[in-house]
Amino acid sequence: MTDASDLRRRTAELLAAYPPATTDRLDFLRARFDAGLAWVHYPEGLGGLGAPRSLQAVVDADLEAEGAPDNDPRRIGIGLGMAAPTILAYGTQEQKRQYLRPLWTGEEVWCQLFSEPGAGSDLAALGTRAVREGDGDWVVNGQKVWTSSAHVARWAILIARTDPDVPKHRGITYFICDMTDPGIEVRPLRQVTGEAEFNEVFITDVRIPDARRLGEIGDGWKVAQTTLNNERVAIGGMRLPREGGMIGPVAKTWREHPELRTHDLHQRLLKLWVESEAARLTAERLRQQLVAGQPGPEGAGMKLAFARLNQEISGLEVELRGEEGLLYDDWTMRRPELVDFVGRDAGYRYLRSKGNSIEGGTTEVLLNIVAERVLGLPGEPRTDKDVAWKDLSR
Amino acid sequence: MTTPRAQPDLLYSEDEEALRAAVRDLLSDHCDAAGVIARVESDAPHDRELWKLLADGMGLAGLLVPEELGGQGATHREVAVVLEELGRSVAPVPYLTSAVVATEALLAADARDLLGELASGRRIGALAVALNVSAGSAYQVVRFEDGALHGRLTGIADAAVADVLLVPADDGGLYAVDATAATVTPQVSLDLTRPVAEVTLDGAPGRLLGDAEPAVRRALRAGAGLLASEQLGLAEWTLTETVRYLKQRKQFNRPVGGFQALKHRLAQLWLEVVNLRATARNAADQLATSGDDADLAVAVAQAFAAPVAVHAAEEALQLHGGIGMTWEHPVHLYLKRAKADSIAYGTAGAHRAALAELVDLQAP
Ligand SMILES: Cc1cc2nc3c(=O)[nH]c(=O)nc-3n(C[C@H](O)[C@H](O)[C@H](O)COP(=O)(O)OP(=O)(O)OC[C@H]3O[C@@H](n4cnc5c(N)ncnc54)[C@H](O)[C@@H]3O)c2cc1C
Repeated sequence: MTDASDLRRRTAELLAAYPPATTDRLDFLRARFDAGLAWVHYPEGLGGLGAPRSLQAVVDADLEAEGAPDNDPRRIGIGLGMAAPTILAYGTQEQKRQYLRPLWTGEEVWCQLFSEPGAGSDLAALGTRAVREGDGDWVVNGQKVWTSSAHVARWAILIARTDPDVPKHRGITYFICDMTDPGIEVRPLRQVTGEAEFNEVFITDVRIPDARRLGEIGDGWKVAQTTLNNERVAIGGMRLPREGGMIGPVAKTWREHPELRTHDLHQRLLKLWVESEAARLTAERLRQQLVAGQPGPEGAGMKLAFARLNQEISGLEVELRGEEGLLYDDWTMRRPELVDFVGRDAGYRYLRSKGNSIEGGTTEVLLNIVAERVLGLPGEPRTDKDVAWKDLSR
Repeated sequence: MTTPRAQPDLLYSEDEEALRAAVRDLLSDHCDAAGVIARVESDAPHDRELWKLLADGMGLAGLLVPEELGGQGATHREVAVVLEELGRSVAPVPYLTSAVVATEALLAADARDLLGELASGRRIGALAVALNVSAGSAYQVVRFEDGALHGRLTGIADAAVADVLLVPADDGGLYAVDATAATVTPQVSLDLTRPVAEVTLDGAPGRLLGDAEPAVRRALRAGAGLLASEQLGLAEWTLTETVRYLKQRKQFNRPVGGFQALKHRLAQLWLEVVNLRATARNAADQLATSGDDADLAVAVAQAFAAPVAVHAAEEALQLHGGIGMTWEHPVHLYLKRAKADSIAYGTAGAHRAALAELVDLQAP
């Protein structure tokens, strides 16, 4: 078993062979992947060494200390957080070899073609069709929506209906879709912030070779669960310093602008400061549980907590700023590659954080999940369970 | 080993889990809700037999006392686990007041003989400062005159069972007063399981232990920090019990726990409890390791814990419907404890004010 000292030795060897100061960024990242130091818990040959996940921190600390380039996880969040664990769990050896390396180095950005105009929370109701030609390619037609990063993505994880005659959860298949295919049309969808981070994606006669199917035909819902679970816990393992989240900027504003302070805002700020610290400690506790090999259900709740806090804190900051709160930094329609919570003004943070309780599953849906899976309360009444997808009302 | 740690240890050790199991076993045998209700209606609300089992039998009163003074030489982390369990059963024992608050005051004053006595559990101590006072704020004192103590103090938790009272006087000293030399009159208390009393001293002899201010400050800080663990246990019990009940209780031909409005409320509550656990563990760990962050950890824990515990108990009562409103159902014991706890050792607001100073978020 690979231990911490072994990893530190390998890290030192990597740094010696590829000094960050003189090595091209991509060359360094590729070498790091090949040395098994990208995600140490992944298998050998796929960027890892089969080591305990907790030891990644050891590698990261040594690399950071030497100024090694990072692989920009925010830009490639969907690939790292969702596509990679799904490919690892369900991909063929061939698929893992092809996709994981450029995904990790950030050479290839991924997006997620799940949501549709008619299927959001009820994702399994989706209608994008994939029809197989003989034993060969699949031909896909349909429309996806709210697709973050589709405009910069090389690949997409896609779920499509392959059998309309069975109940909705059973007729779905999971694919890897080539975003450069001419049948893919990406149209920007402007958001409340003014920019267009997400898109509509129109899929017309896109041919997907069967070799790009993930998991069995009709098993797509099960595969998608891996993606969605990873999406929801991605935030939980994060290690934040005190005031590391959204509370940081507003605390700074408070300290630097005594003239803006009021008693009401003080009370609200302190309350949110305490709640932020509690959420930070909970995330830290979750991380410690993961390291100790006893993952708890706390992860399911962290997204809920951070969504609410981000919204309340950014809302407070707009008020705190007084006259400046009447202004907005920039309404230009832009096409950013990532969510910029640090580089932009309070008004932007306020508006963008509204998406935190919708993206990756709404707060309402996540509360259902906590109530049912963690607390064991009865499920929602189901009228769609045994009905073929094609017979459902839409 | 005392290498400084970047992060507090927020988990429970195996030993701590074993301690929890032992305390929980004892409480399930000796402290059921019906028994607590019957007891609080009697003249003797405190459960002395349970105290004897915990203190004498298991040695838990001396967790914070060094071994050479007759204690267990454990830390606030273990005490926190005990308090979680005591909170879960709203046990009417003077654990927090004697084994934590009075003990911490005696540790500050290095009162070795009394520490040994409290650690053994054979004597019970109470700090004669009103339960609602938070560390660092003003408290009442009695007059020290002609070698004796004179005055009246109110709101003293668990004074009714105390054998020794630790009394701050106007000369700045902290005095040990034998309870038999004082008049202790129970007050009618909101929290039936941790009643408060009035202490009258009429020329009572006292033994000077040392300076009151640092001892009281230390005692109240530990009390506040560890109270969060009691609040955690309490909140956890009310949530678990409510979930259990709502899975059984049917209306409209469905378990009422299946209605989404209630599912969401319970899921929210679960999230609050999960967050409370992290803050309570953090406070216990910082107190145990005398971390630089102890003041802050305690302030955060108390600012967070009280509203959560009260909310959990209030939701439990509401969601039990009519039965929750009865004297027979134990939820009221939890509500009363939670509400009184929300004032004990400083309100959430007082702790937020302390925090504002600590993290440089000054008031206007
Ligand atoms: C910023 C942003 C980025 C996104 N990025 C992506 C992406 O990259 N790829 C992708 O596939 N999707 C993406 N999404 C889509 C997102 O996952 C969906 O918007 C979300 O799951 C909700 O679906 P919906 O919009 O159809 O709302 P609906 O499902 O129509 O919900 C409408 C309202 O009804 C509530 N509701 C629905 N069902 C229930 C229920 N059972 N109980 C109680 N309330 C319910 C919802 O909570 C909501 O308030 C993104 C969304 C946002 C906002």
